[in-house]
Amino acid sequence: MTTRTDALPTQEMTINMGPQHPSTHGVLRVILTTDGEVVTRAVPDVGYLHRGLEKIGERVTYAQFMPFTDRLDYLAAMNCNCAWAWAVEKLAKIEVPERAEYLRVIVCELNRISSHLIAFGSYTADMGAFTPFLYGIREREHVNDLFEMICGNRLTYNYARVGGVSGDAPPGFLEKTKEFLDYFEPKIDEYNNLISYNKIFVHRLANVAVIPAEEAVAYGLTGPNLRGSGVPFDLRKDEAYSVYPKFDFKVCVGTGERGTLGDCFDRYMVRINEMRESIKIVRQAVAQIPDGPVLAKVPRLFKPPVGEVYFRSECPRGETGIYLISDGSVNPFRLKIRTGSFVAMNIFEKVTKGLMIADIVAVIGSFDIILPEIDR
Amino acid sequence: MEAQAIFDMLKGKFGDAVVELQGEGFSPAFVVVAPAEMNAVARFLRDDAALSFDSLMCLSGVDYKEKFAVAYHLHSMKHRHAIGLKTMLPRENPSLPTVDDVWPAANFHEREAFDLFGIAFVGSKDLRRILLPEDWEGHPLRKDYKYPDFYHGIKV
Amino acid sequence: MVGNADLFVNWSRKSSLWYLLFATACCGIELMQAGASRYDMDRFGAVFRATPRQSDLMLVAGTITHKMAERVKRLYDQMPEPKYVIAMGSCANTGGPFYKDSYCVVKGVDLLIPVDVYIPGCPPRPEALIDGILRLQKIIMKKKNYGVKA
Repeated sequence: MTTRTDALPTQEMTINMGPQHPSTHGVLRVILTTDGEVVTRAVPDVGYLHRGLEKIGERVTYAQFMPFTDRLDYLAAMNCNCAWAWAVEKLAKIEVPERAEYLRVIVCELNRISSHLIAFGSYTADMGAFTPFLYGIREREHVNDLFEMICGNRLTYNYARVGGVSGDAPPGFLEKTKEFLDYFEPKIDEYNNLISYNKIFVHRLANVAVIPAEEAVAYGLTGPNLRGSGVPFDLRKDEAYSVYPKFDFKVCVGTGERGTLGDCFDRYMVRINEMRESIKIVRQAVAQIPDGPVLAKVPRLFKPPVGEVYFRSECPRGETGIYLISDGSVNPFRLKIRTGSFVAMNIFEKVTKGLMIADIVAVIGSFDIILPEIDR
Repeated sequence: MEAQAIFDMLKGKFGDAVVELQGEGFSPAFVVVAPAEMNAVARFLRDDAALSFDSLMCLSGVDYKEKFAVAYHLHSMKHRHAIGLKTMLPRENPSLPTVDDVWPAANFHEREAFDLFGIAFVGSKDLRRILLPEDWEGHPLRKDYKYPDFYHGIKV
Repeated sequence: MVGNADLFVNWSRKSSLWYLLFATACCGIELMQAGASRYDMDRFGAVFRATPRQSDLMLVAGTITHKMAERVKRLYDQMPEPKYVIAMGSCANTGGPFYKDSYCVVKGVDLLIPVDVYIPGCPPRPEALIDGILRLQKIIMKKKNYGVKA
């Protein structure tokens, strides 16, 4: 039997990985040009959730914008609330009571845990393992119960205020938080046993979409995406804001343990390890929290001085930077929100050349993007 | 490195293209630069050893009612300092050279500034609308933008 | 005779409402959490399907923008009859918090497709979502002539 050595004529296909897709973490459209199963070009098309938050910000007051920051990254709504509050307080130089700062750090870190749980759950579900998703949501429900105790809502909290937080922790909140941390800490080892080092899972993630450190910095990646490439830059340590200098925790970086440094597996393990560090921070915060008021005196029709400020904070998906311009009136003059997911889509086209279609799903999951952050 | 020192260094190298330093009430301080020299200034800021601004934190368009502006926020991983750059543009046909060959991170931000303000970045490798539909008319974040009544038959 | 057949058909339709996983924004997370272990929607027979061709319920969860509007209509057209739509959350009902000032949000998904049940809330709790599904089941039980739409 002879084998054909001349190549069959082939044609490239353009497939649409449309806005409604089970694995694209929201309404993301990727236009794939493929040669068989190998992708030659993957262009992301965003904007299906663009709601004009920046224009809305110019028409509402500083306090009225707080619920809109919830909808900016709804899996880490506490972080976005606090980022907005910190930015306005930096502009107007407002002194926040210490108890409020501790409460903000506690809820931000708890929200980081619950956001990484969804990242873990949906990523493994994309890879085909459905069970870890249910485990992740089970733990997340405990965090939702804690948040319901403190502010009344499960997803869009509107908890921070300019000058503090809206309400003090009710009696029993700090004890329940400690109980949750004791319950949750051994679960991370359970997840590692269950799926993280599973041979198929590692094989799908290792050596896929390797991003070297200089490229990660040049493309502006932040958060776990940057740390997965080996750059030990964490805003909570390097540009520490609020009461973060008082806590002792490690910065988790990728180590290339199952493949090349900077691949999907590294970014995934950075998130798992960050959950452990967040537990440490919350334990210290619960032990050190002082008594006192939780809201500074801010006038009802709040008018900050004229000026421009750029404040960035570490959200689970990267750095959320708020560029705020004030002209002395009750509405912001211009606010621009720069999010980690938006910048991660920048490198998407470069990193996906030559991958298989199934690897595209792995790359999207490893960047842990969320569409309202990209589209605002 | 202090903002004043960075400003003096840039002034020494580029002369009149560097217009002024906006320090009071601005955090980080802004160095206002003429639009035509933007690419050269950006390259110098990235490559000079004492400055080494290798990370573009944010690029935003601003509508200051009489003029447009593009504001850049830069950060250095090596020296851990930050600075802002700003250029002022006229309201008719605002355009300036792109910086996406200096910092690849700029591409998506420039597309957003083009989409929402109409600021053209000359030499950009990919300049098209990113957040709004391709056939949207107007640039929403301008201060004089009027909301359309209908889009494809649906009330806006 | 026909009445009993109607009862049987309606009962079987309401007990296996397969919904399209169409989660745009925040309500999508409450939808996911309602389908998970604590608020298990599977006990009502509702499992999620990734494709509209295999689903009979479209749970519009999240904000619909003008860029997305055409795709919502296309997804609705791809679903086979009988099909039902639940608008979940304020954004799908009327445009939500973006009603007043946003320039690119569709003010309610009923401008695009016919809606059977509206669930208020921002986001609605999973219990509210389950209540909405039970109301839809009551609506289905009342249909006559095998639910053929006029």
